[in-house]
Amino acid sequence: MSEFDASASRSAPIAFACPAPLPPGDQVLLGHGSGGRLSADLVRSLFHPAFGDPELARLGDAAVVDVEGTRLAFTTDGFVVQPAFFPGSDIGALAVNGTVNDLAVMGARPAFLSAAFILEEGFPTDDLGRIAESMGAACTTAGIRLVAADTKVVERGGADGIFIVTSGIGTLPEGVHLGPEHIEDGDVVIVSGPVGDHGVAVMSRRAGIDFEVDVGSDTAPLTELVDVMRTAGSVHCLRDATRGGVATVLNELAASAGVTITIDDEAVPVQDPVRAACETLGIDPLYVANEGVCVAMVGSDSSDAVVAAAREHPIGRQAVAIGRVESGPAAVHLRTGLGVTRPLLMLTADQLPRIC
Amino acid sequence: MRFVDEYRDSDVARSLLARIRETASKKWTLMEVCGGQTHTLVRTGLDELLDDTVELVHGPGCPVCVTPLGVIDHALELARRPDVTLCSFGDMLRVPGSHDDLLRARAAGADVRVVYSPLDALEIARSEPDREVVFFAVGFETTAPANAMAVRRAADLGIGNFSVLVAHVLVPPAMVAILSAPGNRVQGFLAPGHVCTVMGWGEYEPITSGFGVPIVVTGFEPVDLLEGVAMTVEQLETGRADVENQYVRSVHEGGNATAREVVREVFEPCDRAWRGIGVLPQSGLRLRELFRHFDAAHRFPATGVAVEESERCIAGLVLQGRAKPDECPAFGRDCTPEHPLGAPMVSSEGACAAYHLAGRTPTTAPA
Repeated sequence: MSEFDASASRSAPIAFACPAPLPPGDQVLLGHGSGGRLSADLVRSLFHPAFGDPELARLGDAAVVDVEGTRLAFTTDGFVVQPAFFPGSDIGALAVNGTVNDLAVMGARPAFLSAAFILEEGFPTDDLGRIAESMGAACTTAGIRLVAADTKVVERGGADGIFIVTSGIGTLPEGVHLGPEHIEDGDVVIVSGPVGDHGVAVMSRRAGIDFEVDVGSDTAPLTELVDVMRTAGSVHCLRDATRGGVATVLNELAASAGVTITIDDEAVPVQDPVRAACETLGIDPLYVANEGVCVAMVGSDSSDAVVAAAREHPIGRQAVAIGRVESGPAAVHLRTGLGVTRPLLMLTADQLPRIC
Repeated sequence: MRFVDEYRDSDVARSLLARIRETASKKWTLMEVCGGQTHTLVRTGLDELLDDTVELVHGPGCPVCVTPLGVIDHALELARRPDVTLCSFGDMLRVPGSHDDLLRARAAGADVRVVYSPLDALEIARSEPDREVVFFAVGFETTAPANAMAVRRAADLGIGNFSVLVAHVLVPPAMVAILSAPGNRVQGFLAPGHVCTVMGWGEYEPITSGFGVPIVVTGFEPVDLLEGVAMTVEQLETGRADVENQYVRSVHEGGNATAREVVREVFEPCDRAWRGIGVLPQSGLRLRELFRHFDAAHRFPATGVAVEESERCIAGLVLQGRAKPDECPAFGRDCTPEHPLGAPMVSSEGACAAYHLAGRTPTTAPA
């Protein structure tokens, strides 16, 4: 045991110790792909000025375009998940469902899909076969036709196994108008299922983490569930809570709609294995990616009916109201179990695991 | 979830809040030492709920925050060497060095890998014998046993391409420095539960007797923190200054004997610089002579020039509990998680990051 002598220990002066700020980045960082604030900055400062299309600038899950009197929803998405196979699913099913869901949450009926495969030299053809079969099955389940595809192969080291890019087109039924501009004061915030399953399932198999967790990816097409919810009540806006999780989606919606959203921390459904994994890794399930969960803004008159209807559907069994929309400055708040309310911010980049 | 839910129970928390209010005859100033404790307090808003009876000031217990700039620059220098694979816990990657951080170095081609255990870094060294694998060993007493174990195993297995860049620090000397500094306001401590799980609480008894301040070993959940505060306030109100243990489900008086033994075998105490505080005598750990060839600082001496730090960041005051993050003129304006001026804004355990994540920017911070 060591003894401490107060008189002998160091006293002031204090050396202030911090480095100068880093200059704005001149290269792409992983955080630019996290779906957080760095991603948003990149889109706003680099892509928008170059492309400039007002429909793109709406930043919806899918663009809504008019082709000779027919309203179409159109979207594209790249899939780079690593590893390509993870508990509950694989990159193929994910590439189908991710794009299908971007269409579904616009209220569209998914119709056609394209897929581009970027393969690294040496990737096992058996694995590619399994992925292709999985995609085919996912298309059948989602009721979408994969009608165009492309394959490219790059040298070993030029990609990480397999990347898939899918684009999708869906038709928008007459009278369906979903989007942040339709969010109203008093709307109830509903999540369609427990959050964080997909992200945790993938992380549990990532090199360097590998832990046993009894949870699989939730990847699933949301089309039917969205139909059921829309039929049951006045759904104003839907979002697929993928990259960045529920917290990021809520922040995007609050910003687009110019409203304050307050959610109740204890109401958010999180499965026990996901909670345990998030506790261990030091991350917040509200920011973890989902692939079969949507966030809905629903008129308060029919929110109970929408939740009840969602619960009748297999992937909506744990649907629940978690918060409410109020007029006010664009912000998201979280009310803790102790009744304290604090802002729920967008993350800058990836959540970093704690070190002790 | 067992061992978590019962320590987040709102009813229990409210009754503890009432107990603290009943006990306190005046407003006391306590320091929670560990950054994990700071984050729970700020996330749940406990510090605001307690504000009428107890002021909580945030301690230096964030290993990323107190790692000196020079060491981070050294890590960057190592990472840029073509023969080196630098392995680190994730938090260190965004901490800015003088001109760069490890994330940017990685984007520019450096081989920087995030690991969750130093043993994973050792495994990389074993499986990639052509690489010089360096593990960035930061942290308090909590991470020292695993780092010591990795070095000992490297020695046992004869893995010559593995080394550690050591920046280990110890909690008790920092507490002594805080209590000894002019202008100290801390009247009692919530000691870090995880550090004490390893080390036990014997080291804190000379501090309670020498300085007359109570120290309560405390856990990390809301109920833990409130109970720790209640126990500390009860000591202060009755004029006692003892070491007490709130975190009984994890901490024993002697700590973890096996962990302490491997730390003692591999490391020895040394003087160490703390970012924002300065050099504190016998406040760090370094590899013993027998293991010196696993010391990355010895194997690859730093060649960079001395570094200068910003005068605007008040990390030093924040780390000593002498200022709150939102009292810094740069907080939330020039210093954000996107562009941190100082380490406390970067780490998941830094006090400034805790305030920022909880939305306490200058515009929303309570007056």
